[in-house]
Amino acid sequence: MQFTRRVRMLFGGITGLVLAFLYLPLAIIVVLSFNTVSSLSWPPKGFTFRWWRAAFHSEGARDALVVSLKTATGATLVALVLGLLAALAVHRFAFFGRESLNLMIVLPIALPGIVTGIALNAAFRQAGVEFGLLTLIIAHATFCIVVLYNNLLARFRRLSPNLEEASADLGAHTFQTFRYVTFPLLRTALLAGGLLAFGLSFDEIVVTTFTAGAGLETLPIWIFRNLSRGEQQPIVTVVATAVMLMSVIPVWVAQRLTSDDGPLTGGTR
Amino acid sequence: MKSARYFGALTAITLLASACGSDSKSSGGDALTSIGTGEKALNLIVWAGYAEDGTTDPAYNWVKPFQDQSGCVVKSKIAATSDEMFQLMSTGQYDGVSASGDSSVRLIDAGLVSPVNTSLIKNYADLSSFLKDTKYNSSGGKNYGIPHGWGANYLMWNTDEVTTPPDSWNAVFDPASPYSGKVTAYDAPIYIADAALYLKTAQPDLGIDDPYSLNQKQFDASVALLKEQHKVIGEYWNDYTKTMGAFEQGSTVIGTTWQVIKNLASNTDKLQTVIPKEGSTGWSDTWMVSSKAAHPNCMYMWMDYITSPGVQAQVAYYFGEAPANPKACAEINTLYADATHCDVFKATDEAFAKSISFWATPRKECLNGKGSDCVPFVDWIKAWTEIKG
Amino acid sequence: MTATTLPSSPGRSASRWLHRHPRARLVSLIGAPAAWMLVLYVGSLASLFLTSLYRLNEDGSGIDQVIGVQNYRTLIDKSVYLDIAARTIKIAVLVTLLDIVLALPIAFFIAKVVKARWRRLLVAAVLVPLWASYLVKAFSWRAIIGSPGGVLDKTFGFSPNYGEVGLIIVLAYLWLPYMIVPIYSGLERLPDSLLDASSDLGAHFGFTFRKVVLPLLFPSIVAGSVFTFSLSLGDYIAVDLVGGKTQVIGSVVYDNFSADLPFAAAFAVVPVIVMVAYILGIRRTGALENL
Repeated sequence: MQFTRRVRMLFGGITGLVLAFLYLPLAIIVVLSFNTVSSLSWPPKGFTFRWWRAAFHSEGARDALVVSLKTATGATLVALVLGLLAALAVHRFAFFGRESLNLMIVLPIALPGIVTGIALNAAFRQAGVEFGLLTLIIAHATFCIVVLYNNLLARFRRLSPNLEEASADLGAHTFQTFRYVTFPLLRTALLAGGLLAFGLSFDEIVVTTFTAGAGLETLPIWIFRNLSRGEQQPIVTVVATAVMLMSVIPVWVAQRLTSDDGPLTGGTR
Repeated sequence: MKSARYFGALTAITLLASACGSDSKSSGGDALTSIGTGEKALNLIVWAGYAEDGTTDPAYNWVKPFQDQSGCVVKSKIAATSDEMFQLMSTGQYDGVSASGDSSVRLIDAGLVSPVNTSLIKNYADLSSFLKDTKYNSSGGKNYGIPHGWGANYLMWNTDEVTTPPDSWNAVFDPASPYSGKVTAYDAPIYIADAALYLKTAQPDLGIDDPYSLNQKQFDASVALLKEQHKVIGEYWNDYTKTMGAFEQGSTVIGTTWQVIKNLASNTDKLQTVIPKEGSTGWSDTWMVSSKAAHPNCMYMWMDYITSPGVQAQVAYYFGEAPANPKACAEINTLYADATHCDVFKATDEAFAKSISFWATPRKECLNGKGSDCVPFVDWIKAWTEIKG
Repeated sequence: MTATTLPSSPGRSASRWLHRHPRARLVSLIGAPAAWMLVLYVGSLASLFLTSLYRLNEDGSGIDQVIGVQNYRTLIDKSVYLDIAARTIKIAVLVTLLDIVLALPIAFFIAKVVKARWRRLLVAAVLVPLWASYLVKAFSWRAIIGSPGGVLDKTFGFSPNYGEVGLIIVLAYLWLPYMIVPIYSGLERLPDSLLDASSDLGAHFGFTFRKVVLPLLFPSIVAGSVFTFSLSLGDYIAVDLVGGKTQVIGSVVYDNFSADLPFAAAFAVVPVIVMVAYILGIRRTGALENL
């Protein structure tokens, strides 16, 4: 479609401004991670690699990173399984309560984190469950399910039902059909949804505050604890910068996956 | 239709299950009879600056020597208010807490802390006598904690902005304040007592005696004052680094603070603190042992360690408070060449200590013993939300 | 044609059985997720509601498990809670509108105006900030809008400072990518041919945008609004950092969590009601599929 030069410049200009708006605070963080003075004040006083070296040796940051990775992985896996099952059920069957189930799955991400957080906290305490990695993964999985569920449902809607019928006609039973026909078609949706869920869990702080318990520190909790502590503040900016840089890879990969919808989907695009 | 019944049944069961599992009131445990071998771990809830491990300032680290000598690896959680301390203690996942008077009694009443066998703490005998066996650290003849230190809440101001040194809390309560938008106050319901303390002098016909024993009329007057103050407030604080940063960059120029904030601020030369003429609220902190402590031996070792003169000196100097152990005074001079610390903070001045209105939890039965129609703390909590609008 | 016998296997027998019992098929699929959501999530919400019916004992040392609506009565009687709820909803609406205004041009630019090879790069550029820590971004903004002494103040001599205005800007910043993504997906699904047809019929761009694109994007915009609305409704961390003395639902719930849990639970019911009503209301628009 041809757009006039004026339209192109207008939209391009706004895009540029919005991108600048998005990146300015991030740029400040990156710059401050090299600041010689250890406080979040502007302008920076000097340049040093000191904090990058310190962050590398920071045991607290490393431990917190490990906990975050474990939690996000666990939550994503649970969400993958449950989201897939739910999407399969909702797509193929019309059953009583389908609307309610849809609503229930969406709720954790539609309700503010603090509500989910204190609700789960109250429930775990009343059930006498001790807070730890398990409660954390359970809590995170609960709001990650919807991400996978929606991605998969959208993918199901674009898939032609003929493929599965053809597979059955050729003699495959349910599980074979799923393994050899359906699942490969879902792979990119699973991966994209999984990456998004992973990212959501990785940066989550509110629900985590209420469900991690005393001894467990995810990376956001570590950041929160240290962002206010004098000497630690710049190390936190280093960690944030590092995470941002490292995240470019999964974001790029997810992008490639979702925009490639080949002829196999048989959809209406 | 069957599914509806299943859904209904499941929800009902869940509701019932949650109703049955109740917040059981646990009774406080027993005091240790002797200190055994350390459990290699210790989880503490502390006020900021009480358990420094070098991460705030590498020059101040008294946690590491403790870890080295006891083998107890310390994990400390900084709490911003006494209410937060109480809530964290109720999770049962910590071994001990440095409780101020407005959470200690609640902790004792809720059975969250165990009595403490003070004979196991070598340094207990040296601690200031007026801190022992007080209303806020003992109950029913049993001792529930080891005193840590005490101090006042100060009025602090930026000398660049506030050119005439204030001597009255009126500086923060004046609705026509020239510093409107740059005033700060402590963000917790207990701050209502600060208003009451001011009114004790400013409106003597209210008859306020103890700012934690307020009848409805006195309470309402204090709340009204704070609602007026709200107009000039820029930010409330309970995270000390938040207000420290605000004082550093100049978005806050006057308000209630702790001494540690002045000590650590990068523009400390521009900041001044004072106890105004109406007096001040303050806190007297006690180390208490959780009734669910998983590492009681380490906790006792910590309590003994933190009350030793050398460590008391470091904490008191760093935070800016009066140490519970007067032997720390000489140590402060040795470590920091400051011979006046204990004089400045009146560490051994019992009369001065009594003049500070230490944080306490208001109850219906007036704390000052003059009646039983005082406003209980649960109403303070509600009022605080209303004050902040 | 001769019928071939298929090789037998446990999978095949299971498959045959499932085929004859469709309800079992459904239960085997829906059982786990439904049980998880019902017991864990709905159950915990029920538990929260139950807690909201309890009350704190007088000196705040414990919770009396006595059922009563005293907390709700307080919420209704005292006008301050209504004020706080109204203020929070107002902030959430303004943040959502601001995000829509910012997201539409950039999403449209990326989806329709730029050449395909730049598209992936730009989408990645929009998504990377999502991975930067929410906390660090909020703290960064605290350093930016403080007055005096913040970045804006030092550069331009002017800054909104900590308060409602600053808060709206910061929240809009934080949730912007969550609004851009659904709108972008919606635009991706919009066939270019529609835009061509519109211009062929004589419409200039503004008209096409208003009358063709926006109505078709409506479900995506609503989907994005669910995120921005709900995130703004419950936030308390960014509020504490850049909101000055502004009190919102999230801050009241968080503050009272330590001091008065039943009351915090009661006030937490408010955003639940708002969001559930919102979600039920937007079902018709088809936005829920675009989340």
